[in-house]
Amino acid sequence: MAVSTDAPVRPAKPAPAVSRRRSPDSLAGTLAKIVLLGLVDAFAVYVLMAMFLNEEWVVFAVAAAVTLVINWIYLRRGGLPAKYLAPGVLFLLVFQVFVVVYSGYVAFTNYGDGHNSTKEDAVAAISLTAQQRVPDSPAYAVSVLEQDSELFLLVTDPDGQVQLGGAEMPLEEVTDAQTNSSGKATGVEGYETLAFNDLLNRQAEILALKVSFSEDLDDGTLATADGSNAYVYKPVLVYDEEADTFTNSETGTVYRDGGEGSFVSDTGERLATGWKIDVGFENFQRAVTDPELRGPLLSVIGWTFTFAVASVALCFGLGLFLAITFNHPTLRGKKIYRVLMIMPYAFPAFLAGLVWSGMLNQEFGFINGTFFGGASIPWLNDPWLAKASVLLVNTWLGFPYMFLVCTGALQSLPEEVNEAARMDGAGAWRIFRSIKLPLLLVSTAPLLISTFAFNFNNFNVIFMLTGGGPRFPGTSQDIGATDLLITVVYKVAFGQGTGRDYGLASALAILIFIIVAVISAVSFRQTKSLEEVNS
Amino acid sequence: MKVRTTGVAGFGRRTFTLGAVSVTAALVLTACGGSSDTGEGAESSDLASGGATTLTMWVDAERSPALTAVTEQFKEDTGIEVKLVTKDFQQVSDDFITQVPTGKGPDLIVGPHDWLGKFVQNGVVAPIELGDKAGEFQDSAIQAMTYEGNTYGVPYSIENIGLLRNTDIVSEPAATMDEVIANGKAAVAEGKAEFPFLVQMDPKQGDPYHLYPLQTSMGVPVFGTDESGSYDASKLELGNPGGVEFAEKLVAWGDSGERIFNSSITPDIAKEKFNAGASPYLLTGPWNVPDAVAAGINLAVDPLPTTGDSPAQPFVGVNGFFISSKSQNALAANEFALNYLTTEAVQDSMFDAGGRPPALTASFDKAAADPIVAAFGEIGANGVPMPAIPEMEAVWADWGGTQLALIKGEADPATAWPTMVSNIESKISK
Repeated sequence: MAVSTDAPVRPAKPAPAVSRRRSPDSLAGTLAKIVLLGLVDAFAVYVLMAMFLNEEWVVFAVAAAVTLVINWIYLRRGGLPAKYLAPGVLFLLVFQVFVVVYSGYVAFTNYGDGHNSTKEDAVAAISLTAQQRVPDSPAYAVSVLEQDSELFLLVTDPDGQVQLGGAEMPLEEVTDAQTNSSGKATGVEGYETLAFNDLLNRQAEILALKVSFSEDLDDGTLATADGSNAYVYKPVLVYDEEADTFTNSETGTVYRDGGEGSFVSDTGERLATGWKIDVGFENFQRAVTDPELRGPLLSVIGWTFTFAVASVALCFGLGLFLAITFNHPTLRGKKIYRVLMIMPYAFPAFLAGLVWSGMLNQEFGFINGTFFGGASIPWLNDPWLAKASVLLVNTWLGFPYMFLVCTGALQSLPEEVNEAARMDGAGAWRIFRSIKLPLLLVSTAPLLISTFAFNFNNFNVIFMLTGGGPRFPGTSQDIGATDLLITVVYKVAFGQGTGRDYGLASALAILIFIIVAVISAVSFRQTKSLEEVNS
Repeated sequence: MKVRTTGVAGFGRRTFTLGAVSVTAALVLTACGGSSDTGEGAESSDLASGGATTLTMWVDAERSPALTAVTEQFKEDTGIEVKLVTKDFQQVSDDFITQVPTGKGPDLIVGPHDWLGKFVQNGVVAPIELGDKAGEFQDSAIQAMTYEGNTYGVPYSIENIGLLRNTDIVSEPAATMDEVIANGKAAVAEGKAEFPFLVQMDPKQGDPYHLYPLQTSMGVPVFGTDESGSYDASKLELGNPGGVEFAEKLVAWGDSGERIFNSSITPDIAKEKFNAGASPYLLTGPWNVPDAVAAGINLAVDPLPTTGDSPAQPFVGVNGFFISSKSQNALAANEFALNYLTTEAVQDSMFDAGGRPPALTASFDKAAADPIVAAFGEIGANGVPMPAIPEMEAVWADWGGTQLALIKGEADPATAWPTMVSNIESKISK
């Protein structure tokens, strides 16, 4: 049966490129090439300069290499396939391969809330928040002065007393300061007063400037955040760079780098702000050993498979049935029916979930109100009915796709096979079972597999319709009867309990990927044998 | 099941969960892609490194127009342009946390105070010293913006729930929940209303936020406070003696009882029914007032009804402006926040845009000429700030889920409430 080879479902192969292509040496072609390549290179140079200024060396090197490769591909003679493939491959690398590799990398870190950035950032942030204003201390009006490019604060205290101090010089009283109408000192002989624009140009230095009251640091230091007001600050925690520790200046508690991306005291007390470190396989280990996860996980895995298989079966069954029905040669108004059938396909799954959850509302929903005469059927609140509702909505959303695919495939089946079977005395059911279905499966089986993979991770429908609920009674986790693996990943890793945990989420996503990949690979192998039998 | 290029779609769904990660990653690499045409990332970092004095502020679409006047004023006075970048409200706090460490975040961000705990934990906000200006704001606003001893934001609005009453159905305010229910039932019996009382419920998660005043009135706050008045995560007070009693009330008033609370009443239904005059009461916030007024309901805002001996305290949410800890223009950002965003004009225009009572006392006094604003303000003065500590996240899911189960009559109050408390305790201690 070699019939299926010329099935029109498959797109016609493009005509060989050699036959009609413009000669690379034609004037217009060369000009177009120069202009396009020029634009690309101009943009690349711009990006490279930005990266250079930001000292992003890795990105700089990658960008430079990519630019060189692009120029080499398009400037050399020959190598036509590369010229066609280069843009696609580039986007594939950026949007797919990089993302996958990056997720893989994140799975081996503790990236998440509280472990958000580098250690330097964490130390800086802790030091910043540790500077606390001394309670009930007065506010000081300040001017920022400069002498030999060193900065000084000219301080007017609430009593009108004027003092001057700098980073190396504790506050000293000044008597000959110039003052403005409100009594605030604005300048001193021998120093230059900075205007607002000068302040902006040196803002990093000004913000870092701390002026002590005396040699004794326990009195606190003056600092300004806006260049016109200063307050007395005292650090609650002091960082010792040599020892790499924070010390609480009141209690004397020492916080050390505990090796887990945060500062920990001897009694196990942890500073909330930590940093990102590599943790090896810890996330994977947690995913399979965490007792909170392990408990409900088995039933979730069971339901995930049930949901994915049942979704494919129901969608395909209904789609195929309707496709056959509406493929009948004597049926009138086929086109209108077909358009109506495809409507749900045009609906965003996201929105459909919300709309259906309103329609299935136990008391005010359209379904109960109109079809069941106001009965109170807990569509989304009973575990079994919720499962059925989710499947129903997903079938509603998914059958048009199968309907389309099956209609196309059916129309491509040659009529002769049908006739031949009928001549041999086969009934309608027999023709469908033994002739049409096997032929259909050749072209639709790969789609069924990808539909399975898609439904395995069908986040939108579940999340918008039931949010995974109703919850399993007696678990501490927010996991319910309609939760799929992917929604559990979302709930466990994002915002339940201890906050977002990108590391754990990536690890779980990789585990799901492995499951789906294995199933798909096995199924595709099966499909191949199907194809061989039929062709 | 919308699968056109199925393999890709399946993959995309998986990475959806890793949203922020992959988007950031994709952006970074796009910038180095050389041949692609999205140069936004490169541009903004270029400006920042060049030391140009431009401030960037992330706002949502609703607040953005209210800020254009003050940014123009600021530019005129100082020559610094404030770029208002409109971001999706649902995403903006996560984006802020992921973008600030990369140096590509904004200088300022607008948001509610309960983001603070996460921001501080991730080291992405800088403290702001309000100085004498702190006295010009309402105390509850400053208290909400204070986290672990530092003030982090310039507050501009305070919001909390109140009890809306349709004065055509019930003419007099009531002090206790029992009286409210009696009034409501009487109205239903007389045929003036369909529901005695309305409060919104999320059919998936319950709604502990709206029920909180009823719970605090029975002496069951979520967290206790330390001596400085900040929430202390080690003092979980959900397990207080009144807890089980409150759980029993939820069952008695729930789906299987008097149906004062109804798990099928979503926010949309609650609002729709109240605006249609089907209930004398709606427990909600000022955000639902404009539509109710437009629907022709004669409104009064009553103090929150008590269920026990303690005052009925709602959560108070304070919106404000925060400064990034890695802002390249911290001094300019401070100048803008301290001396421009604290002005009466700005606070007035934020009120005009959002309708939420202003945090600046002078602006609030003006807005309080409207009795509804004044009433919400009075209730808020009695409220408690929404906990900003990261541990609060561990509370929501169990709290809401348990309340929902009780309201549906599916759980036994004597066991469900203590189980919830121990679950939350174990999550916090992790």
